[in-house]
Amino acid sequence: MASKFKQALNSGKFVITSEIGPPKGTDLEKMYEHIDLLKDKVDALNVTDHQSSVMRFPSIGGCLAIMERGGKPILQMTCRDRNRIALQADLLLAYNKGVRDILCLTGDAVPVGDNQAAKGVFDLDSVQLLHSIRQLEAGSDLGGNELAGAVELYTGATVTPEAVPLEPQLIKFEKKIEAGAKFFQTQAIYDLDRFAKFMEYARQFPVKILAGIVLLSSARMARFMTANVPGIFVPQELIDELAQAPKGGALKKGIEIAGRMIADLMENSICDGVHIMAINREEVVPDILTAAGISA
Amino acid sequence: MKSITKQKPFDEVKQLIETFNRIYLIGCGTCATMTKTGGIDEVQAMKELLHDEGKLVTGWVVIPTACDEMTAEMIAENEKAVQDAQCIIVMACALGVQRVNSSWQKPVIPALDTLFVGLEEGPGEFFEACDQCGQCILGETAGICPLTACHKGLLNGPCGGTNNGKCEVDPEKDCAFTLIYERLKEQGRLDLMRKYHPPKNYQVMPRPRKTMVLPERGK
Repeated sequence: MASKFKQALNSGKFVITSEIGPPKGTDLEKMYEHIDLLKDKVDALNVTDHQSSVMRFPSIGGCLAIMERGGKPILQMTCRDRNRIALQADLLLAYNKGVRDILCLTGDAVPVGDNQAAKGVFDLDSVQLLHSIRQLEAGSDLGGNELAGAVELYTGATVTPEAVPLEPQLIKFEKKIEAGAKFFQTQAIYDLDRFAKFMEYARQFPVKILAGIVLLSSARMARFMTANVPGIFVPQELIDELAQAPKGGALKKGIEIAGRMIADLMENSICDGVHIMAINREEVVPDILTAAGISA
Repeated sequence: MKSITKQKPFDEVKQLIETFNRIYLIGCGTCATMTKTGGIDEVQAMKELLHDEGKLVTGWVVIPTACDEMTAEMIAENEKAVQDAQCIIVMACALGVQRVNSSWQKPVIPALDTLFVGLEEGPGEFFEACDQCGQCILGETAGICPLTACHKGLLNGPCGGTNNGKCEVDPEKDCAFTLIYERLKEQGRLDLMRKYHPPKNYQVMPRPRKTMVLPERGK
């Protein structure tokens, strides 16, 4: 049976997902709080896989916790830490436990993380991981050996609409579609006109696009991301808007901006939904939804 | 082929030779000379450092190419000084170290760290060019190897960290896929970038790799 997330996307509804970052350690209380706060307010919760190459409680563990608490998980899988044997095995486990939605990523580089001497695996890349899932669905593993029980998964991937240069990024986007990616989560977008242009191009493919919404918590953060994060450009007007917020009010302004963007994307049917990344401020996601005029 | 090396910190070498007082020194006249890590000048400097540590250098030689089979002969020619020593410090890449090791029974100590197999880009500037994967894909990637030139060794295109033609891991490094893209575009062969590369076979020749050059064929 199709997952609720897939059903939601195929229903034409404007879909909202958010993110759960598992903790570093075995104390899961904070993660449980975030899950309980968000599980009924969004269509699915996307669990990060050692995001930024920082070692944490595993993504599959976060997904199991979400299901136990009545939410709907999307399992993020990166290619950084596991070879093809381990990735396939984890996909079997995820399927067996009821996970149906997988986001396939290359994974950040090891040196940006907190175990910097680790070996980066990258036995597969994101396109190959998507193809591997197709093979597991067809009933065999990557060695061509028959499975006793296959998987059936709804797979997605990421795209950076403002990558420079853009064409290699779009070629890879199309390779991911050919490999069976059905939904895409974008890198954070802030310039809606430019995003609308990307969507004109993306609309020719039979895939669902969730715009990446990263909460801006201050003008400083906005400038930092523009200067340092590949493919993220915060327009000057938004930076000014944050800078002009009253003292202590920048976060509130950031929530307002995120809400406004979501409302705009939704009202003008620019894309199929949004993926909200509040990065360590998951507790304000409901405020963002309220600011967008979405009542849960 | 150029084997690119850097000198180990002298303290590390000192620790490795702690129990030895009489030492023979070997440098290499090829790669390690070019990288200024094991040529005549560096071997002489090492000799001074060892002397200052109270060690006796029984002799030294810079072998033209330390990794080839001439090394055994050179060691034999200097047999007396070599026999006087308790160990040999080799200022060559790991290939030179292992060649010496196979020619002599006593302890062999590397003074260099072998970094990569590389090409010289400008004077004194080297870049890693080949991972020796056993299955060359340069014909489909505009002559640029993504396995070595991309930090993650990806095959199907750039990751999300590609940044104005640079790599997010190091802004000094080029994004391999931007280079490949530009070159293929120039050649009118961008269709190659659209081609799916299946997972690589990392067992083309299981490690440790070994081969026998076939005798003349076709006769």
